[in-house]
Amino acid sequence: MTTVAVKPATMAQALTRALRDAMAADPAVHVMGEDVGTLGGVFRVTDGLAAEFGEDRCTDTPLAEAGILGAAVGMAMYGLRPVVEMQFDAFAYPSFEQLVSHVAKMRNRTRGAMPMPLTIRIPYGGGIGGVEHHSDSSEAYYMATPGLHVYTPATVADAYGMLRAAIASDDPVVFLEPKRLYWSKDTWNPEDPPAVEPVGRAVVRRRGSSATLLTYGPSLPVCLEAAEAGREEGWELEVVDLRSLVPFDDETVCASVRRTGRAVVVHESTGFGGPGGEIAARVTERCFHHLQAPVLRVAGFDVPYPPPMLERHHLPGVDRILDAVGRLQWEAES
Amino acid sequence: MTVMEQRGAYRPTPPPAWQPRTDPAPLLPDARPYRVLGTGAAGGTDPDLLLRLYRQLVAGRRYNTQATALTKQGRLAVYPSSTGQEACEVAAAAVLQERDWLFPSYRDTLAVVSRGVDPVEALTLLRGDWHTGYDSRAHRVAPLSTPLATQLPHAVGLAHAARLKGDDVVAMALVGDGGTSEGDFHEALNFAAVWQAPVVFLVQNNGFAISVPLAKQTAAPSLAHKAVGYGMPGRLVDGNDVAAVHEVLADAVRRAREGGGPTLVEAVTYRVDAHTNADDAGRYRSDAEVETWRAHDPIVLLEDELTHRGLLDDDTRAAARDAAEAMAADLRARMHEDPAPHPMDLFAHTYTRPTPQLREQAEQLRAELEAEASGSEADAGAAAVREGDGR
Ligand SMILES: Cc1ncc(C[n+]2csc(CCOP(=O)(O)OP(=O)(O)O)c2C)c(N)n1
Repeated sequence: MTTVAVKPATMAQALTRALRDAMAADPAVHVMGEDVGTLGGVFRVTDGLAAEFGEDRCTDTPLAEAGILGAAVGMAMYGLRPVVEMQFDAFAYPSFEQLVSHVAKMRNRTRGAMPMPLTIRIPYGGGIGGVEHHSDSSEAYYMATPGLHVYTPATVADAYGMLRAAIASDDPVVFLEPKRLYWSKDTWNPEDPPAVEPVGRAVVRRRGSSATLLTYGPSLPVCLEAAEAGREEGWELEVVDLRSLVPFDDETVCASVRRTGRAVVVHESTGFGGPGGEIAARVTERCFHHLQAPVLRVAGFDVPYPPPMLERHHLPGVDRILDAVGRLQWEAES
Repeated sequence: MTVMEQRGAYRPTPPPAWQPRTDPAPLLPDARPYRVLGTGAAGGTDPDLLLRLYRQLVAGRRYNTQATALTKQGRLAVYPSSTGQEACEVAAAAVLQERDWLFPSYRDTLAVVSRGVDPVEALTLLRGDWHTGYDSRAHRVAPLSTPLATQLPHAVGLAHAARLKGDDVVAMALVGDGGTSEGDFHEALNFAAVWQAPVVFLVQNNGFAISVPLAKQTAAPSLAHKAVGYGMPGRLVDGNDVAAVHEVLADAVRRAREGGGPTLVEAVTYRVDAHTNADDAGRYRSDAEVETWRAHDPIVLLEDELTHRGLLDDDTRAAARDAAEAMAADLRARMHEDPAPHPMDLFAHTYTRPTPQLREQAEQLRAELEAEASGSEADAGAAAVREGDGR
């Protein structure tokens, strides 16, 4: 790696760069969605792409999510690699039929003759004061659909590296962008983006011995903050960033939990029927004899995503995470 | 500068008077379905083409009756017959070049077979050994789509992609009358028109969506009228008149290939058989109605025309029937072989590279199969789980 001065960059900028580099590297890559052209997307992630690559490569589509994803399926059938932008999490739902019945299954239905190399970028999650339908965490729906990969980066470097990997994948990827991290900054050199761990591997973001926090996307910074705060309680918390929910990295997760003997899953999505239930079950099935306490979940409440003035009570915060860690100790003593 | 003056500077110019972008008149369908057979107009159709279509219709009818018989013998789980609709099925395939694509719905097996797919492979979905039995890419035939109208946006995307690549490929997308009520129908037509994608949408209006008649499906004057709102031509054609359907579809394909954009064709036809073998059509329609339509049978219409023009003798008729019988016999024989899909196929095509979770599950099944094969009493599943926990 060269020693070019690294500047702070936002996650949104890294995503833009990833799209740009992918389009430059492969003429089959097409970006499409609502307002992705002249406007550059409502989060500006597609900024400048239409100007650089033309409207045939970065296309403002009619306002119709099923149509967008359905057309992308046909384009992929003809050898293109569409990258679809869904404007917000809850507006992807009209396209759910296309996603579940066709995107996820096409490879399987055709015995491998028709892979679906398409990426569906969805800004997701809360914490930005969005009104109704702008803050859903829909990852459990996608995780429950065989045939889809589900990625969610939490760092600037991962945003670039994982989006490049998603676009290069011959399988469909639901690429969940934590919208409250769009403006998070990190020193990052766009001219020489650092290599990241391959997708499908979880990464230990902080070492610790007292318990493992298993998390991803928007909750990673919250967990890191909780781990820092936990030192005052005398806890050294390990933080594992899952990065991809499908495929799931049992190995890294279980290695960590076996070391610490305790685990808390943290995410914004609702707890009941949410990703945490699956993760806790996997950990329990594989690490039962190493566990000092049940695997706990700190999740959003089982309510429709609340109005902005209440969202801070809904989202898992540092206190709630530390509370759970405290309960892990208590369970061990009782 | 006063505030008012400032405002004046920012006042937007009034919009120009709104103008419709296209004169709707040339987009509107005819009031009555377009006909060729029996009108004297068939003289304009190439006799060789008519005879070829005749042989395909006869074979298509036989294919439908054979496949229906296979459901009674338990060889097919279900078969949505296109008896009575053969003219649409056959013509949809006949107007396409090899490089074009066909996007069928679940009722369109006959169109798929007419396109050259092995009849047995076309029935795999309904037999139950795999979802799509044919190689979609090799035949340029998308998988038979069961969710209604969802294949239509695929046709648009594919046609659009082909055009972007500079290929003069056309996509033919088939849908039923019920399917036109789905959102995907609307979105596909709108995309196609905005993108000027080379797609032909063929609606086979066979009167019913399972039990629901067209009058309860739409209030539009005709389904072809829907085209106007999107800015594409709508054509109404007699779906039992194979010469007319062929002509209208061929026109639409030519227009699409030349860059003229999409067309919506409504073929008025009738579903003579029940929705599927599992349906009781007696609950929602009368025998008299069915009989009226039987008299307007696509094969009879063409036979009358060919006979009238002296193009059909007994030999031609017999040859067509014999070829159809041979096809049916071959289909029957091959469908009576028990398919034996391999259990490990379960894991074959979910991802390009299976996830660790799928690899684990595949190992579990492999162990179960080995245990089964060796006749051992060992609980292979439990062994696999123990192994998993030990790592
Ligand atoms: C999205 C969806 N909803 C419901 C069904 C169940 N279904 C199967 S066929 C059918 C009727 C379709 O009617 P039509 O589109 O007119 O086609 P036809 O069967 O007459 O060829 C229904 C409701 C389905 N396959 N897909």
